[in-house]
Amino acid sequence: MRLLAIIPAYNEEATVGRVVAEIHSAMPDADVVVINDGSADSTASAAAASGAAVVNMPFNLGIGGAVQAGYRYAEQGGYDIAVQVDGDGQHDPSEMSAIAGPIMAGEADIVVGSRFLGRSGAAGFKSTRMRRIGISLFARVLSAMTGHRLTDPTSGFRACGRKTIRLFAREYPDDYPEVESLLLAHLAGFRIAEEPVKMRARGGGHSSITPIKSVYYMVKVMMVLFIWLVRKKPEREVWDA
Amino acid sequence: MHERIQIFSIVGSIGLLTLIFELVRRRRLKEKYSLVWLFTGFALLAVATIPGLLNSFGQVMGIYYTPTAFFLIAFFFLTLISLQFSVVISRLSERNKTMSQEVALLKQRIEELEKQGGRG
Repeated sequence: MRLLAIIPAYNEEATVGRVVAEIHSAMPDADVVVINDGSADSTASAAAASGAAVVNMPFNLGIGGAVQAGYRYAEQGGYDIAVQVDGDGQHDPSEMSAIAGPIMAGEADIVVGSRFLGRSGAAGFKSTRMRRIGISLFARVLSAMTGHRLTDPTSGFRACGRKTIRLFAREYPDDYPEVESLLLAHLAGFRIAEEPVKMRARGGGHSSITPIKSVYYMVKVMMVLFIWLVRKKPEREVWDA
Repeated sequence: MHERIQIFSIVGSIGLLTLIFELVRRRRLKEKYSLVWLFTGFALLAVATIPGLLNSFGQVMGIYYTPTAFFLIAFFFLTLISLQFSVVISRLSERNKTMSQEVALLKQRIEELEKQGGRG
């Protein structure tokens, strides 16, 4: 099976090279593509120096647009599995194979690495208290909406199989893509699973969400989630080749 | 309706229609998007020139001050137009996103091919 690691990166010059190197040593057979989302720093050259393929967006599209470019790359390259890994170093590439496991076994179509699940529940970086409250709220709402038990829907550490790659290459949400893409996958009838992972404190850069904006962010995401209740399902032809 | 506001409404509607025609004629406004504007202009001109229309509309809606009915109609059409704008902008931004992704992927592909020695 051909596996692609997709690394969306926006101003991550300090960490992106190390992430790519860690992926190369954890999974030597995997290809790596860095989606440089219009960074103002030297993310592009840092990524290229590490030996990854680099796709330079002409301007900053935002995380959703950048990740989707990665899925397009995966689809055009005919990859069987795509694993999303953040460029800031908070995801541990040695856990990529665990996340890709259920896809390889044919048990799931999309697998999310959860920092709140199972044995990882006791250790690792868990984010701020405010953030955790928000995440658990989204998790409950999403679990109710999808019927899957989801504990970490905002995690950007995830693996997708062929069907999901095809769907995401054609349709991917812009605004709150981590959470919304799970609903999109659910509407398409895909099997969603979680695997326990440990997350590290980010190695550089800073979160896109400041504490002051947290509450506003939560309200907006909840509204967007409820809009998904009335969304039309994606056409089967979109992902069923 | 008072005479002065009627004259003002008629002149305004004709001015709007003239401007729309001129923009379409100079190809500054696509026909597709001019339709809802033309419809608005003609509707406003109709209610401005035929006071009976506006009076009966006002009575149906329970509006006692007739010029308000004129503004209500104008507001209704402007709402439709701005909604149409939002739909068009949504489609444009989706296409813009897709195109920039494709351009970026193509550039990467070209660089890859050049590295493989396809330059010569």
